[in-house]
Amino acid sequence: MRYLPLTKADREAMLAEIGVDSIDAFFADVPEKARLKDLVDLPRAMGELEVERLLSRLSAKNVAAGSVPFFVGAGAYRHHVPATVDHLIQRSEFLTSYTPYQPEITQGTLQYLFEFQTQVARLTGMEVANASMYDGSTGCAEAVLMAHRVTRRNKAILSGTLHPHYRDVVRTISDMAGDEVVALAADPSGKEDILAAIDDTVSCIVVQTPGVFGNLTDLAAIAEKAHAHGALLIAVFTEVVSLGLVEPPGAMGADIVVGEGQGIGNGLNFGGPYVGLFATRQKYVRQMPGRLTGETVDAEGKRGFVLTLSTREQHIRRDKATSNICTNSGLCALAFTIHLSLLGDLGLTRLAELNHANAVRLAEALAGVKGVKVLSGSFFNEFAISVPGKAADVIEKLADRGVLGGVPFSRLDPDSGLDDVILVASTEINTDEDRAAYAAALKEVLA
Amino acid sequence: MTMNSQGRPSAPAGGETAAPQTFTGNRALMIEEPLLFEIGQTDNCGVDLPEAPQVKDRLGGLKRKATAGLPALSEPEAMRHYVRLSQKNYAIDSGLYPLGSCTMKHNPRLNEKMARLPGFADVHPLQPASTVQGAIELIDRLADWLKELTGMAAVAMSPKAGAHGELCGMMAIKAALEARGEGGKRTVVLVPESAHGTNPATAALLRYSVKAIPARRDGTVDPASVKELLDETVAGIMLTNPNTCGLFERDIIAIADAVHEAGAYFYCDGANFNAIVGKARPGDLGIDAMHINLHKTFSTPHGGGGPGAGPVVLSEALAPFAPLPIIAMDKSSRPGESLLAFAETAGELAGSAARPFGRLTAFHGQMGMFVRALAYMLSHGSDGMRQASEDAVLNANYVRARLADVMSLPFGNRPCMHEVLFDDTFLKDTGVTTLDFAKAMIDEGYHPMTMYFPLVVHGAMLIEPTESESKASLDLFIATMRDLVMDARAGNTQRFSGAPYHAPRRRLDETRAARAPRLVYTPPEPVGEAAE
Repeated sequence: MRYLPLTKADREAMLAEIGVDSIDAFFADVPEKARLKDLVDLPRAMGELEVERLLSRLSAKNVAAGSVPFFVGAGAYRHHVPATVDHLIQRSEFLTSYTPYQPEITQGTLQYLFEFQTQVARLTGMEVANASMYDGSTGCAEAVLMAHRVTRRNKAILSGTLHPHYRDVVRTISDMAGDEVVALAADPSGKEDILAAIDDTVSCIVVQTPGVFGNLTDLAAIAEKAHAHGALLIAVFTEVVSLGLVEPPGAMGADIVVGEGQGIGNGLNFGGPYVGLFATRQKYVRQMPGRLTGETVDAEGKRGFVLTLSTREQHIRRDKATSNICTNSGLCALAFTIHLSLLGDLGLTRLAELNHANAVRLAEALAGVKGVKVLSGSFFNEFAISVPGKAADVIEKLADRGVLGGVPFSRLDPDSGLDDVILVASTEINTDEDRAAYAAALKEVLA
Repeated sequence: MTMNSQGRPSAPAGGETAAPQTFTGNRALMIEEPLLFEIGQTDNCGVDLPEAPQVKDRLGGLKRKATAGLPALSEPEAMRHYVRLSQKNYAIDSGLYPLGSCTMKHNPRLNEKMARLPGFADVHPLQPASTVQGAIELIDRLADWLKELTGMAAVAMSPKAGAHGELCGMMAIKAALEARGEGGKRTVVLVPESAHGTNPATAALLRYSVKAIPARRDGTVDPASVKELLDETVAGIMLTNPNTCGLFERDIIAIADAVHEAGAYFYCDGANFNAIVGKARPGDLGIDAMHINLHKTFSTPHGGGGPGAGPVVLSEALAPFAPLPIIAMDKSSRPGESLLAFAETAGELAGSAARPFGRLTAFHGQMGMFVRALAYMLSHGSDGMRQASEDAVLNANYVRARLADVMSLPFGNRPCMHEVLFDDTFLKDTGVTTLDFAKAMIDEGYHPMTMYFPLVVHGAMLIEPTESESKASLDLFIATMRDLVMDARAGNTQRFSGAPYHAPRRRLDETRAARAPRLVYTPPEPVGEAAE
């Protein structure tokens, strides 16, 4: 077996050195009746070529996003990632290193995490950020739990702008923990009276902007009322590239900003791994979940970085920890920080402008198709349209015509009654031809 | 001095010993690297993008008022920045990485290549099912392999890492208890003292109160102590097996029986499943739920702290209580065609036995890790996976046997599983601590073992060599450890107290980092321009 260095002779010599007859001597504590006598019922070892052949066949059964006009978003976005990024994250020293618990020999990881935290804080307009969460949705649930710790209340108000899957993730942990969740109805127009839901019993208000239907929300008034009632405002985003063009939540009074970072540096990967971004105010830092990297000095006074404030974490505090998270999304955070360090302000702004312009032009093209209505008042690179009939059927028929035209909202939230709504995303990858192909196919499907 | 025919010295000159300071602070290949914020420029860019077409913006008046302050590097600068950073990291590919419980085994590059196939890497989680049949099939196949290897009835694929898997498993237990009408009265979870910190943290997240099970003198859990704690308030037990002392819980079946008899469930922390793959199946041990760290047992790269993946296998009793989404055969709208698809809501599963407890994450799990894990499994096969477990256990026992006479084994010189636990008794009166000893290993070119964990022994040192080490590699490691022990005993404390001497950084001041946390870069105050 190509991955196993021990030879038969090595094994025999080692057993002799230890003083046992057979490897099974080490498994003596396994109850006799549970010991496997035979190999499990699975195929035997394969060479590299055979594995490649088998997996390539499975891969070929899928329609890769890059092979068709592609407009699917709703929480994961296809962007162009510079070749440098994927090359660098495959450096052995990054790829095959563990969590940096020995800082003297993991300054590479620690420094990029420190840089990552700084980038995330600046991008969101916040004071501090952690070293990443699993993804945006789990980060959102952690943000709600954190707000409960800060306010010592346990009722979260979820805006209808929140991605239904994020809402469901918050609901799952809240139900299990006995916390209260009030979820407002989803409305493609983006209109809702969230201010009316805020009172002195509320721990936090969770608003997504750009929302799941694309609409942008001015958070200032919500933040003001939340703070007047001792509640926190949690701002959520699912498309991080939007922060290149829209006002960051930190500038509008958010207390915790959490979102999906996949859009920078990371591919679609059929849903994961992604990277959750989590930022907050300095005053709440000791209630944050997840790992934090901090600056310090070594015994010679040289600057260095370490994991810090670990008294919040499970390996020190056990059942008193702020979260149970251990492994996070280190390598995805690396991809994010490399891509963002290539972009900088100039590149990110231009990337965001391209996304917005493409979405605006797509909305115009689709609005010209008979029966289609653009529902979103404002948007960044994703908007909602309504179609005659069932959105899910329209999406299937578009796929038959080689266009991946978006996500039927009913797939995310079957009980919403919004069966005619499609979420359509457009990024810098889309060309004029893509847009024309979409409009033509949609016209044909709806004819 | 020897010269070659061009008059160029061909052998080192003698004499100079102490290295003089360098101007740059660099030491040849060890290059100091400033922060991105010190070298990047906000008027630079490392990506060429076309100018955006002019459109009337639809941002609803919420356009960003000021840029974020993100500096950029050109491509060559970025390359250097990150390559230099990488060179300050220890990695499996550079040397033995014996972190107990973390399973730092070889990460095959075939797996990386497979995960990057466009049909896996470049597909969206919300594409129509008809366009991702191969991707769903891959997840389904991996699920089958996991069920076969564990002998369990079902598997939840969406958990993002081990701790997330624990959360999933404990939620399944909670949901099952609630379905039985016992959710309210069963409020206690039993956790051994030797458990990973994630176990009690997970139980606490679900508002369980945690009761510790004391360890038996031999490092395992005594069924009698479990029975003593079991009553109608107990929801479940969270036990790691093989446990964090590197021992197989030999009374596991008796413990499982007692737990079940008391109406509770048995959660197993599967972090150490790598020791028994192909040798024993959790399903035959009475376990109800167990997460599997694909980034440990099945070699997906640790990536400097993630991403991981933590699928959870479930027993017959817990199988209905899995999270959404669940892979199901979908009746296609087209006659004669059947489609694999995800059931995303409980409603879609009406009429089946499924009682999903909700959703754990936005999509359906760590696909990128699934591809890598399946590539690992296919490569090893049933025979190779068993051999890998055996080699991992053999390597750990070899280290144990050859260090037993100089280091101290808290539970006696008895066989271990894939990792061997030492305590610091052998360092008594040397003035050298476990931490010092570990830091001295760094100077010898080794990543230290896991230290001060588990908490049940004093100054713990948990060594997990994994199956990826050759005998020659282990022999050198063992010789090094013996040399360190001899030096500690000989009173050469300097080798330890100041270590590491040769790493990119000397020992770092963690107290200072925590006292006044600096978590983001702040530019230095301009010199000579005092505020007054």
